[in-house]
Amino acid sequence: MLTLIAKRAVLGVFTLWLVSVLVFAGTEILPGDVAGAILGQSATPESLARLRAELGLDVPALQRYAEWLLGFVQGDMGRSMASGQPVADLLWPRFWNTMALAAYAGAIAVPLAVGLGIMAAALRGGIFDRVSNVAALAFVSLPEYFLGLLLVLWLSVKTGWLPSLADTYDGMGLAAWFRATTLPMLVLVMVTTAQILRMTRTTVLGVMDQPYVETAFLKGLRNGRVVLRHATPNAAAPIVNVVSFNIAYLITGVVLVEAVFNYNGLGRFMVDAVSRRDLPLVQAAAMIFGGVYVFLNMVADIAAIALNPRLRHPRGKEA
Amino acid sequence: MSDDILQIRDLRVSTDSGVELLHGVSLDLERGEILGLIGESGAGKSTIGLAAMGYGRGGCRITGGTVQLAGKDLASCTRREREAVRGARIAYVAQSAAAAFNPAHRLEKQIIEAPLYHGLMTEAEARAWMVELFTALGLPEPETFGRRFPHQVSGGQLQRAMVALAMACKPDVLVLDEPTTALDVTTQIEVLRLLRDTIRKYGTSALYITHDLAVIAQVADRLVVLRHGQEVETGPTQQILTAPREDYTRRLVSERQASLSAPAGAAHKTGQELLRVEEVDATYGKAPVLCGIDLSVKQGETVAIVGESGSGKSTLARVVAGLLPPSRGRVAFDGAALPPSYRKRGKDLLRRIQLIYQLPDVALNPRQTVAEAIGRPLTRFQGLTGGANRAEVLRLLDQIGLPAEMADRLPGALSGGQKQRVCIARALAAKPDLIICDEVTSALDPLVAEDILRLLRRLQDELGITYLFITHDLSVVKRLADRTVVMQKGRIVEEAETDRLFAAPEQAYTRGLLASVPQLDPGWLDSVLTAP
Repeated sequence: MLTLIAKRAVLGVFTLWLVSVLVFAGTEILPGDVAGAILGQSATPESLARLRAELGLDVPALQRYAEWLLGFVQGDMGRSMASGQPVADLLWPRFWNTMALAAYAGAIAVPLAVGLGIMAAALRGGIFDRVSNVAALAFVSLPEYFLGLLLVLWLSVKTGWLPSLADTYDGMGLAAWFRATTLPMLVLVMVTTAQILRMTRTTVLGVMDQPYVETAFLKGLRNGRVVLRHATPNAAAPIVNVVSFNIAYLITGVVLVEAVFNYNGLGRFMVDAVSRRDLPLVQAAAMIFGGVYVFLNMVADIAAIALNPRLRHPRGKEA
Repeated sequence: MSDDILQIRDLRVSTDSGVELLHGVSLDLERGEILGLIGESGAGKSTIGLAAMGYGRGGCRITGGTVQLAGKDLASCTRREREAVRGARIAYVAQSAAAAFNPAHRLEKQIIEAPLYHGLMTEAEARAWMVELFTALGLPEPETFGRRFPHQVSGGQLQRAMVALAMACKPDVLVLDEPTTALDVTTQIEVLRLLRDTIRKYGTSALYITHDLAVIAQVADRLVVLRHGQEVETGPTQQILTAPREDYTRRLVSERQASLSAPAGAAHKTGQELLRVEEVDATYGKAPVLCGIDLSVKQGETVAIVGESGSGKSTLARVVAGLLPPSRGRVAFDGAALPPSYRKRGKDLLRRIQLIYQLPDVALNPRQTVAEAIGRPLTRFQGLTGGANRAEVLRLLDQIGLPAEMADRLPGALSGGQKQRVCIARALAAKPDLIICDEVTSALDPLVAEDILRLLRRLQDELGITYLFITHDLSVVKRLADRTVVMQKGRIVEEAETDRLFAAPEQAYTRGLLASVPQLDPGWLDSVLTAP
């Protein structure tokens, strides 16, 4: 089992390396001449050459890639082209903002969704199952910025319960922070809950057709106990997968929600960097997003391996 | 009778689409009695067994009649009342313990769950009782056996653990649904004995469901013969076996007798050596499966390869078919070396070696009609299209004994035996020299299997085909094979003319295998067990 996990980890590192190649190629090589893009109409051959030398663009791409990657691995993400500040100083606070919101939403969405999904499976065909299914479908189909605007309209504009903008700043109190971020959190919870709920329900129901579930019923157990004790443990691996996928979304896919609520997260950071053509910032943010994705998928795969009793308790041991 | 623990009266069960599976079945089970339910697949045996627990599989419902368990009618009582009885007073032993145990929990957790849940025992009592059952069932290290997960024990052990699971609440009635069918013959004997002894020891009553008359003869006091959801006849085991009243029962009994005492067929005219396997080793990954196999098959001959699961017999078939290239050794066909992988074999070589599988349901494309399935090899190997193709399909259907109107049916509209016939016709369409039959009758009911064997035999007489017959069923071997090869753990243990092998087996393993085939005589199990 340990070798399996080690293999998966090595594969994760390899994927990250591929991501770095794509990010570098995408930002440095594809758009053509960066210096030209920055100077635009006012470019003269002399100023172009000067800027290229300044940015280090006169060096071959492969060498630049190697230097960039080496620096990145050591925590040096380079300097912002626009402000000259180290990328790390600009990026990490935004990253932690995003992580905080994701943690807030995830801590509520995951238990809620898995619980509701199992309940829907246990009450298959009942009124709860149908209502939760329709609601989940509606939340999945509505764009998140639309959901966000609806919540702003109801919970902020009409009732004034919550602030419509998620302004956060250093040194704000915990209560104030929760108040500020509750609206975006609600949107994220709605979207992720819907997906996890539907997936959980489907997997648990898939397991319900197994002969060992029939065995449980023939022991005289009640439906709820059969679902919880006998079906759910065997549905865990796919559930972990969809949960990790949704957590990854909470971290990397929340640009629109951040925009609606004007939240200082990594998604908006990256969009701003792209519009300013601040390539080191874009590269760093893209690498962070890629890293989060790869890491969470790796965790899900390892969890699936660890949850498999055949791998956890190999034959012939502990007899 | 007042001493009946279970009384079923005029039981009707229907699927949720309204098809009636049981058309009014009645039976009585006395305290301490073992009642055998016997019949072919679709006879409704399992449906009765589950209905006795007030349970319907996959949307089936009890639509009429009563199921009185110790005076309480499970057909009409509330769900809560049914749940209180299930597992506690009446418990179920499934055919495949491997599927019936939850892979996520340790055995002990699953076994003591019901007594704790029903509030019948304390945890200490339940555990002590479990260990006692493990001991009675001859499981190794009964104190710690329950700590294992289902995948950590063998099939035979798991089947016995399943009995412990069912007995956990000391139920009045056990429903045993083909409890030994999935086991190898030598394992079956052991499980059968322990089952019978355990049931008798604790005075439990049992409904024993099986399609194998010889097996049920060893354990049941009385038999109920079922067909198409109806009772055919009921009587003491001895009477059903020796003096069946109904024609259907007579056929069942005589088929089983014939299969056990069949004279080997007349020797075939055999020709030159067609297939030669020399010093073949094969592995799955790193695990060795075949070790130094030598085999020679002559033109027109039937060679049976028998062995228990894990003996490597199917792997040998895969090597010959080119599905698994051997790691060492050579295979020659008709005097020329056979490329190890089917990908390297030319069209003509592929044509000359055909395979028929165990499960005709899976081997046929459900969206292809019979004519399409048989017509494809005709087009590919003989270039027949249009009317000529159709004519040849009809000729083949006639040859395998299916009416012409079957040609345009989909496999879903055919019975198991008919599907296997279509598979045979598809193999014949290639005009093969060698047909590899991998457990071709194992999934079929006895009377149907009998017909298929007769068909294969006739085709051999007519066409001079050579068969390589892979099977675990020794009665099949006896009826069909000229020569028999016994395999164990990837090696050939013994090889001889079938007659000689059955009359005077040389190896202890072969003798054990032959002795393990259940006989119709109800005293057989005891005689085997007391034999030296």
